[in-house]
Amino acid sequence: MATYASAAPAAPVREYVGESRGRHIATRFVIYGILILWAFICLFPIYWTLTTSFKSAPDVMQGHIVPFVDFTPDWKGWRSLGLSPDTIFETSTVRAEFMKRIANSLIASLGGSLLAVALGSLAGYGLARFPYRFGPLRNNDIGFFFISQLILPPVVLAMPFLVLYKELAFLDSLPGLILVYTLMVLPIVIWVMRDQFMSIPVELEEAALVDGLSIWGSFIRIVLPLALPGMVAGLILALVLSWNEYFFAALLTGASAKTLPVMVASQTGSQGISWWSMAALSTAAILPLMIVGVLLERYIIKGLTSGAVK
Amino acid sequence: MTTSTLPGTDDRLRHYGDGMSSGRRTLGKLVIAAGTLLFAAVLLFQILFATGTIESGFSTWRPVFYAYFLWAAAVIYGQILVRGERGQRAAFVLPAVFFTVALVIFPTVFGLYIALTDWNLSSSTGRQFNGVDNIVSLWNDPFYWNALRNMVYYVIAVFFEYAIAFGLALLLNAEIRARRFFRVVFLLPFMLSPVAVSWMIGKSIMENRFGPVARLARFLGWENPAFFSDPWIARLSIEFMDAWVFIPLMMILLLAGLQALPREILEAAKVDGASSWQTFWRIVFPLMLPASVTAILIRIIFKLKLADIVINVTSGGPGGATDTVSSFIYREYRDRSNVGYGTALAEFYLIMIIIFITLALLFTTRWVRRYSAARAAPSA
Repeated sequence: MATYASAAPAAPVREYVGESRGRHIATRFVIYGILILWAFICLFPIYWTLTTSFKSAPDVMQGHIVPFVDFTPDWKGWRSLGLSPDTIFETSTVRAEFMKRIANSLIASLGGSLLAVALGSLAGYGLARFPYRFGPLRNNDIGFFFISQLILPPVVLAMPFLVLYKELAFLDSLPGLILVYTLMVLPIVIWVMRDQFMSIPVELEEAALVDGLSIWGSFIRIVLPLALPGMVAGLILALVLSWNEYFFAALLTGASAKTLPVMVASQTGSQGISWWSMAALSTAAILPLMIVGVLLERYIIKGLTSGAVK
Repeated sequence: MTTSTLPGTDDRLRHYGDGMSSGRRTLGKLVIAAGTLLFAAVLLFQILFATGTIESGFSTWRPVFYAYFLWAAAVIYGQILVRGERGQRAAFVLPAVFFTVALVIFPTVFGLYIALTDWNLSSSTGRQFNGVDNIVSLWNDPFYWNALRNMVYYVIAVFFEYAIAFGLALLLNAEIRARRFFRVVFLLPFMLSPVAVSWMIGKSIMENRFGPVARLARFLGWENPAFFSDPWIARLSIEFMDAWVFIPLMMILLLAGLQALPREILEAAKVDGASSWQTFWRIVFPLMLPASVTAILIRIIFKLKLADIVINVTSGGPGGATDTVSSFIYREYRDRSNVGYGTALAEFYLIMIIIFITLALLFTTRWVRRYSAARAAPSA
């Protein structure tokens, strides 16, 4: 698989021979026009939510958009969450509730994602390297078995899980949610990891085995460090899917293990909820992953480059 | 989604000559036997207690759950002792197998059983076997077929999303300034929770009175903009929101595919004086077919699970116009506690999905092979 070369970006489709300068400039103009338009489409809802959390009722109704020019920002939305500068040191039940939900979301999504990356890396490596035979099943069948779990819609598993979890005393508990999330993201992680391991030359491990390392030794000391981009990509995809997961969380959790999306959804449902506090809540819900996305974005492409060409 | 043969599995990593003592082998068999015995004993004990045959037992089935994973660990460790290196290799894939089997096989089988029962959580009669009654009422349920028809519309929309995603991926792959900035920005919507997006866009930006989109629509001459009252407009609005969240995923998959294209062929096309239009249709697009199929299939799979946005913005309305199968079943559970019927709907949906995806896989693999053979071969 071609490695992603950030130093020399691949751009062979552009740059034509014998093209007039005027047309070249026009093409550039169109390209940047589209890029900026789409960037605006991507960013405006985020910008809107962020600024609305600082608006008061008249600003919302008059459709003010630019802070300091149109309207004077106010901590209103954040005050209602107990997160504004003047309320942050006071006790606030809303903030306590919010912090609990965010902690639940963190534990459930991180726990599920890390478990999935651990299980998925092992399985992905095994499937990429060793010829298995479980009865009539070969590697492709086993791989297909795992990846085909992806098509299971949550509604199919929801009810049986509700019954199963009731019997196992896992209802409304974080370990239960972690297990569901692991199951949910495992197919994607295995898919990414298997292709990642296939792109690593097998000669490295042959050399390691000759040098006396065991299979597991060469896996941990030689292969895993090389597969780090794939692991990060798998982890991010898993985090995105489980942090934002709503369906299972809404059905399987109650007062104690409820996660952030469920809290946001329950606020949306109630009529007459103030825009500023909803905006603040939404901002707080999307901020952690936006930071993760901005910081680790390049790993996603790097990790998927080997996978997507399949 | 791949069914190709795996290049790494030609068994080049064989470790020769690690002597296996018969003592280790016996120990391994003992470990497996002990684990199996323990799991069977706990299971039997709990079944007897649950059916009322014996007096004492655990209050929940949690110990059986622990015993299962203990048994799995014993089997993995024991077969390493018994089979040596082949066991070590199997130990890579076995944990995931045990995990998936425990959490998928049981719920699916149990779900099939629930689907054949009349079970309403709010009724006092409890669970009663009723055979195919649920299937019959499913067949006569116009709301369910309405939701299925909506899924067809939503799935067709995937191809428009694909065209946009491909265009964006091409732009990001071109020689542009601030490439990293645009890549991060274009990816951001995928990071956002659909529930938050439901409020941010559905309930705020597209709000009829104060939302900026409504203001824009009024400015453009639409007297009373309403995005969730007319069936088709509502459907489109939901589709726009879902596309907004998931186009980045397709874009990333396609961008990764573009970056893995062989550089030499594209260089050769440039030297031969092919226009960019020709280069795209003759070379880039055929070479990108496998990546495109993967991206579209993944996207369709996610699309078939669409629920969060519908549940939180329209609850399926107006008149079921935006309903998806998942959101419909969700309301069946949530509002009517109709567990048996809801599960029957879900299982039926699953079967439809499996048939659809299998056919799509068969069809596309064959088609991709023929198309790329016919189109890419002369130019390559």
